[in-house]
Amino acid sequence: MVSACPFFENQYSIKMPTIDYKKLSVPYQTSVQKVEMGLWEKLYYPEVTRGLLITSGHFVRNMMIHAAHMFGLAKNQRGAVTYQYPEERRPIHRRLRGRHRLTKKPDGSERCTACLLCETVCPTHCIYIVPEEHPDPTVEKHPRQYEIDILRCCFCGYCVEACPCDAIRMDTQVQELSNWDRTRMVYNKEYLMRDVAGPGAPPKDDPPIWWLK
Amino acid sequence: MLETIIILIKVWAVLIALVSGAAIMTWVERKESAVMQDRLGANRADILGFRVIGLFQPLADGLKMFFKEDFIPDRADKFLHTLAPILAFFPALVTFAVIPFGDVLKIGDLVIPLQIAKLNIGYLYLLAFGGLAVYGTVLAGYSSNNKYSLLGGLRAAAQMISYEVCLGLTLIGLIMVYSTLQLDKIVQQQGELLFGFLPVWGIFLQPLGFLLFFPAAIAETKRVPFDLPEGESEIIGYYTEYSGMRFGLFYFAEFVEIIVLAALVSTLFFGGYQVPYLYADGFSFPWGGHWVLPNLIIVLLQLASFGLKIAFFCWLQVLIRWTLPRFRYDQLMRLCWVGILPLAILNILLTGLILLLIKP
Repeated sequence: MVSACPFFENQYSIKMPTIDYKKLSVPYQTSVQKVEMGLWEKLYYPEVTRGLLITSGHFVRNMMIHAAHMFGLAKNQRGAVTYQYPEERRPIHRRLRGRHRLTKKPDGSERCTACLLCETVCPTHCIYIVPEEHPDPTVEKHPRQYEIDILRCCFCGYCVEACPCDAIRMDTQVQELSNWDRTRMVYNKEYLMRDVAGPGAPPKDDPPIWWLK
Repeated sequence: MLETIIILIKVWAVLIALVSGAAIMTWVERKESAVMQDRLGANRADILGFRVIGLFQPLADGLKMFFKEDFIPDRADKFLHTLAPILAFFPALVTFAVIPFGDVLKIGDLVIPLQIAKLNIGYLYLLAFGGLAVYGTVLAGYSSNNKYSLLGGLRAAAQMISYEVCLGLTLIGLIMVYSTLQLDKIVQQQGELLFGFLPVWGIFLQPLGFLLFFPAAIAETKRVPFDLPEGESEIIGYYTEYSGMRFGLFYFAEFVEIIVLAALVSTLFFGGYQVPYLYADGFSFPWGGHWVLPNLIIVLLQLASFGLKIAFFCWLQVLIRWTLPRFRYDQLMRLCWVGILPLAILNILLTGLILLLIKP
């Protein structure tokens, strides 16, 4: 009787094949293989010279490019692969989850309805909302206080996903979040609603955060 | 009296050149390694907003060294602990005394040889002070009362003593060819021509000698392929317990050694201050043509030639340091005793044989 169940077969009729490691097409390595060197490699100098040629080739090429840059030539070529950070920034992907912002209605007030979904879904409990009755009777409520403790935030983006009103977004592209004081890292509603000057930059008229607190 | 003043001026000039050269070498090391690794390197140190491609970095480094805590371990031998960096720094500086950096400068009737000490045993002096450098490393390891420092010091001692043997033997062929121990005479002989067109540089007479001398000399300076005594990243070295300017002296001695080694290699193997076809009265080319130059111009040309050669070999050493991986300790010892030493002896034999054949 031939069973379709491989488990059954293994147990009763078929012997597990033993792998002959010597006959494998790809040699099976149990440890680091010692590379046998020929006489040419053992002479040491040819191989060292080869290595030095590679590195000095990079040196000469980069120096030529740097020299050309001094005379304003070859601007499209880079002499170094590194970015000179504060002056020169890496291109950030548009999907990068940066600092949060609270989106606004056309009249300039916040879209947030203080439903507390983001506060509930937040895995690090970094969002703190105090709801308040809205002065307009057609609107149910709005947040009196909306704080994000950016030090606790893990930038998972769940708050953005959870929000039913598209009131919170992480598309500011701001990732340089630093301050001299922990208390200044708790962003309040006014700060989160500020317009961001451009991708990767803090708001143009960015006052010190302690002033907003 | 006048001679003393002249010698003092020469000592002062060489000292300033050497120390400021070593300071610049710290910058060169950073920048060259950066450029060959497609980076830019240190370029942020500025004075009043002027950055000058990071040339103020050595200044910042020196300031940092001075303001760091000058720490001596509790049970260390305080005297030896202080003495060790000085002993490491001193031989590196003093070696330059016998290296000629020009022929003679004539001011009126005054003939000034451009060399601090015209020693007739200049070559032995070099080796003797190269040997003294071991004391600095061993005492640093021994006096800081730290197991790892002691082990690092022992590694350094074993390596440097082994490579000193090679260093001495690789240069014997050169001495046989030039038949003098005086460095300025060796350089003078390198100004002559071989076959009427090729300058008699050591590299053309002793190619094997150069190939063996250079790695041995790099091993003496304890830089990367041979940096097991220090091994700052994983195997702890002899100056673990040093900080502040004491560490700075070790660090600085390394860069002085680079310059001294570059000067030595160019003196012994690449004609020292000699410019090809430049003689005491001017250029005279093998294809005919004579160009008389005043003494001052010739001295300046010689200084420039020597400086360029030193700069090239400093560059080469930094290139080697940032290209090659470190040796294992047994490989290091093998290279010395099984690789370089027999080949050096073979070089001596071959040189003797050829000398016998052409000079009966």
